Amino acid sequence: MAKKLMKGCEAIAEAAIQAGCRYFFGYPITPQNDIPEYMSRRMPQVGGCFLQAESELAAINMVYGAGGAGARAMTSSSSPGISLKQEGISTCAAAEVPCVIVNMMRGGPGLGNIQASQGDYFQATKGGGHGDYRCVVYAPSSIQETCDLMPRAFDTADKYRTPVIILADGLIGQMMEPVELKMNDNPTMPEKPWACQGWDPKGERPRAVINSLYIETEILDDLMTRLNARYDEIRKNEVMVETYKTEGADFVLCAYGTVARVCKAAVRILAENGIKCGLVRPITLWPFPSKEVHDVIAQESVQGALTVEISNGQMVEDIRLAVNGEKPVEFMGKGGSIIPTAEEIADRVMKIMRRA
Amino acid sequence: MVERNIFAGFGGQGVLLMGQLLAAAGMKEGKNTSWIPSYGPEMRGGTANCSVMLSEEEIDSPLVTRPTSLIVMNRPSLEKFEDAVVPGGSIFVNSSMIDIKVKRTDVNAYYVPCTEIATELGNPKVSNMIMLGAYIGKSKCVDIETVLEALLEKLGERKAKLIPLNREALKRGAGCIE
Repeated sequence: MAKKLMKGCEAIAEAAIQAGCRYFFGYPITPQNDIPEYMSRRMPQVGGCFLQAESELAAINMVYGAGGAGARAMTSSSSPGISLKQEGISTCAAAEVPCVIVNMMRGGPGLGNIQASQGDYFQATKGGGHGDYRCVVYAPSSIQETCDLMPRAFDTADKYRTPVIILADGLIGQMMEPVELKMNDNPTMPEKPWACQGWDPKGERPRAVINSLYIETEILDDLMTRLNARYDEIRKNEVMVETYKTEGADFVLCAYGTVARVCKAAVRILAENGIKCGLVRPITLWPFPSKEVHDVIAQESVQGALTVEISNGQMVEDIRLAVNGEKPVEFMGKGGSIIPTAEEIADRVMKIMRRA
Repeated sequence: MVERNIFAGFGGQGVLLMGQLLAAAGMKEGKNTSWIPSYGPEMRGGTANCSVMLSEEEIDSPLVTRPTSLIVMNRPSLEKFEDAVVPGGSIFVNSSMIDIKVKRTDVNAYYVPCTEIATELGNPKVSNMIMLGAYIGKSKCVDIETVLEALLEKLGERKAKLIPLNREALKRGAGCIE
């Protein structure tokens, strides 16, 4: 397919359809409304189902139902709406129901604003809802990358029977970039013998139950042991990270999403000023690329690192855990949806390096 | 070549469309492009702007804080963004709507009476295409025909009859600069 100039939200929606998503349930909120709008037009064309639910909670529970029946199902929202979905996400994790949740982050807490933000890092990567679970979290930094990640998100959800979150900032949803979508009229779906598709008493299809209530201690413990083993597998197999000009760098920037692109521009400005600065960009925020981040920042040549976020500092905690005190890690960022410019980031790096 | 542009004006003047057409035309000519709208609780008659980048190289940051060209359709936009333009950059002013001059002396200012020219062509709605033509006439970053190709995709065949008017508008705009 030739390149097409697409808005992020629309490209994500189309990429989900190409990945075999046939059920979309959502509730409006800016800045992600173009996703349900696009789905409402496209789903009927591919024989899928679009439904505007009566609330966010209803939407995520419809995803739970469709996912539990074995379909590829998705919902999308933006920060305050994602908070409302947490109960359902926790239920999906407990019931081992695969699904994809897109969060176009806006400013928070509370209703906040509608501009781009990265304030939901903790919520997405550390649980979000109650209970001892994790979601796989992808953080794309361009519209093309978002599209490329969608089939992977559905595959990962199915493979590990887990909710998967696409954590993007509002800018990714609102901006337009040329994208090349891999069109796939007939995506192959994995077998899901566990899905609730009707019990065949003659024995062809075993009885399937989707449930998140495990009253007996031993039975809940079985589930948790199983989930934990699965999370270990995910940690081993699913880490994605980009390193940019980090080999032998004097300094390292750490960022994800749109901010990582601003950091790349800062790397260019710093190179023009004779400073060898690199960038490490986690693509999966969970599992977090701790080893890769450590190995880049702990290099002999590196004096220190600076984490840049559109928040008051969230991912920086995981960066510091990964580096484990071997090098100083500083933070730059603001919570009010204000994105630092490349020049400001470069200035900050030069100040830190002069001080050292 | 890296073009970092801000298009700005009142909502309804077609500034977002100008930017989209430029980004789409750049893509069709094999360049890397990006388009970011201002978005918020905005309305017709309020202010709107978009940032458009065109580059031969991969676009790192798509955010435009220091534009190489500023294209303004109304006075508040000129006042808001004038200082951000890089020295040696260009400012395109819709002189039909803006009764002040560019204060900066280190940039190139072009005054384009968009509404007058569009009215001469019989439709003041193509004011934005006059302005886009002026920008392309100066920057030469895309071909007018490629812009029209992008416009046709946007309009659909049903409205293809509007293409000749828009071609004329782009050409007249470009003619203002030469």
